[in-house]
Amino acid sequence: MLSRMADSLYWLSRYVERAENLARILDVARRLSALPSSYAGTSNEWESAIATAACSQTFEATYPSATRENVVKFIVDSEANPSSIKACIEIARANARSVRTAITTEMWEILNDAWNDMHRLELANMSDSDLSRFLDSVKATSLRFDGAAYRTMLRADQYWFQRLGTTIERSDNMARLLDVKYHVLLPEKEPVGGGLDYFQWTSILRSVNALTSFHWVYRENVRPWLVADFLILRREQPRSLISTYSSINEYLDQIADAYGRQGPAQRRARSLLTRLGNTDMESIFQSGLHEFLSEFIADNNELGRDISQQYLL
Amino acid sequence: MTGKSCFDEMCGFDGSIRGGYEAVDAWIKSSPPGLLANRRREAEHFFRRVGITFNVYGDQQGTERLIPFDIVPRVLTSTEWGRLRQGLEQRVRALNAFIADVYGERKIVAAGIVPEELILQNPAFQPEMTQFRPPGDVYVQISGIDIVRVDPDTFYVLEDNARTPSGVSYMLENREAMLRLSPELFSKLRIAPIDNYPDALLQTLRSVAPRSASGEPTIVLLTPGPFNSAYYEHSFLADKMGVELVEGRDLFVRDNIVYMRTTQGPKRVDVIYRRIDDDFLDPIAFNPTSMLGVPGLFSAYKAGRVTLANAVGTGVADDKAIYSYMPEILKFYLGQEPILKNVPTWRCREPEALKYVLANLKDLVVKEVSGSGGYGMLVGPHATKAQLDDFAAKLKARPADFIAQPTLSLSTVPCVVDSGIAPRHVDLRPYVLCGADGVRCVPGGLTRVAMTEGSLVVNSSQGGGTKDTWVVEV
Repeated sequence: MLSRMADSLYWLSRYVERAENLARILDVARRLSALPSSYAGTSNEWESAIATAACSQTFEATYPSATRENVVKFIVDSEANPSSIKACIEIARANARSVRTAITTEMWEILNDAWNDMHRLELANMSDSDLSRFLDSVKATSLRFDGAAYRTMLRADQYWFQRLGTTIERSDNMARLLDVKYHVLLPEKEPVGGGLDYFQWTSILRSVNALTSFHWVYRENVRPWLVADFLILRREQPRSLISTYSSINEYLDQIADAYGRQGPAQRRARSLLTRLGNTDMESIFQSGLHEFLSEFIADNNELGRDISQQYLL
Repeated sequence: MTGKSCFDEMCGFDGSIRGGYEAVDAWIKSSPPGLLANRRREAEHFFRRVGITFNVYGDQQGTERLIPFDIVPRVLTSTEWGRLRQGLEQRVRALNAFIADVYGERKIVAAGIVPEELILQNPAFQPEMTQFRPPGDVYVQISGIDIVRVDPDTFYVLEDNARTPSGVSYMLENREAMLRLSPELFSKLRIAPIDNYPDALLQTLRSVAPRSASGEPTIVLLTPGPFNSAYYEHSFLADKMGVELVEGRDLFVRDNIVYMRTTQGPKRVDVIYRRIDDDFLDPIAFNPTSMLGVPGLFSAYKAGRVTLANAVGTGVADDKAIYSYMPEILKFYLGQEPILKNVPTWRCREPEALKYVLANLKDLVVKEVSGSGGYGMLVGPHATKAQLDDFAAKLKARPADFIAQPTLSLSTVPCVVDSGIAPRHVDLRPYVLCGADGVRCVPGGLTRVAMTEGSLVVNSSQGGGTKDTWVVEV
């Protein structure tokens, strides 16, 4: 297929996934900030939402403080934020429009509907319930898009590039989310006799839609290292780093099979997956969770660059 | 202005329902007004959702707009269509023969039929094409011939579009919309299907592949990109044909061979259905500032390594001054009488004609020779005194740039308007495909409607709408 098409497909999928993650981040911040401070701790949830969304610098350049109003505005539709939810949908749709022939009608209609809806919506000054409805609709768009891609796309290179965009973005978002909260996940932070951090842990799980499934896998109370284990190393959890990386490897292998050639992207993806498979939580904590995550984020970015160079230019 | 004297395709001159329209008439009469309005909204929703929009240049606000779609179909009987079709085939054969001659021996000039300066001074004339012969000697693979009707038997050709005519996606999507909105009519009438158009187009493009192409030629559609007003159509056609939709930057030329950049490296391209104007095709051969084209493309084309459809320089045949010679052109090459008439045309470059035009300006339609899209046109009966004076001055200053035609009372077809059902003027653009293996033409075409009461301007850039066109067996 055309390199430009593969590139657009890859990026439009990344932007849809990013929009969903941003919606989840806001949703969690909204919940946590509604708790009395004796439950949620003293951390400013709106500040950590900005940190998780990886846009602290642009935010601080635009707004004096991380209040609800500023953060919501910034993440939802601020002109100053090139990765706002609105910008993500705009970019995804513009890309989809330029590769109309590479996506199915169903996928196009989902993005086009989201875009049309967004233009009808009064995004400024949303009440709490408006906001929650809006965030739900963004999550629904991403879910529907994902489902439509899965159910309607031809199993050929366009599908694998679309999938790669989604999974590369997903690993990046997951690692960032964990990294921003890594301090509450460290074993020594286990509180004596109180659930001060309990809501922090559950909020992490909730933000990746994994709270219920956590209980099904561990059948015990939410504990910080188990949260980290679940989201990094458990294959049952579809958004865990290891699951996402198995998928990335699978898609890259499909491409290599179809094209009859392996490259740097396949090699890097394989070595990352092997590393995840050969480690356990104890060694990660020993060498430092934060260090582990930072390295992962950097490697994941490198893989993105490899994919671009190998196929998309 | 035309009032009762104008021919309505459903009600004729006298109000009795014409053959082919009975079912449509019954459908309108049995639908309460609220239902028609509902269907109209449903249709709009369908177009918005699918994203069938066109971009308006210089319009900051809504850069993507819908073309108004009218839900009352326009009906042609298979007998009427049969005659139209013969006339269209004949016309397109003549257009191709004329262009081949223009870039070949110029027999028509030697015979004293078309003045040489009309060819050589034509802005669309491409001297580089001289002595070049494309595969199968086909220059105009895709044409749109604009037809108007004034009474039951008289169809005129208003304009030939031999460059990159657009609108065929509306023809196809209008049918999709009607199939959703009024399936009951399709079960009552025998309506000729049109959804084989993309296949016919692909066949046509295949037939003109260069000899160097492999058994299964690689065909692409070249678009200026998502900001072009017809981008939806480009993506639609590429998708339906199953060919890549490429932009200039996706292609490159090495050793006179055209390649596209793919995820598996360069892939050779054999046929390019290009929706980019001549001037922008290749910055080396034509407009050097073009960002849309492919450097070296024209050289590859002339080396016979790639086919461009349509050929370069076909605009020389769809000029309005050349148009006025079409009856003679057709007779000259085919030795036949034209089946489709031309609208009587005064060439203002001729002093006698100019005199007549100036004296009768208020009754005539004056058009700029190289204009299109309904711009730069004077509709005499609708013009103010100031506009008439202004045009008279232009005519005297540059007579050769204009032609004039009588104001035709275009036929009308019923449309859903705010006040209910009312007649509106229409034209018809059938699409004619011409390959090395013959001429193909799907039944009907795109009907354009002037949505404003009494208006004769059907162009979508000026608020015109469209209708589904049915060729019905009676």
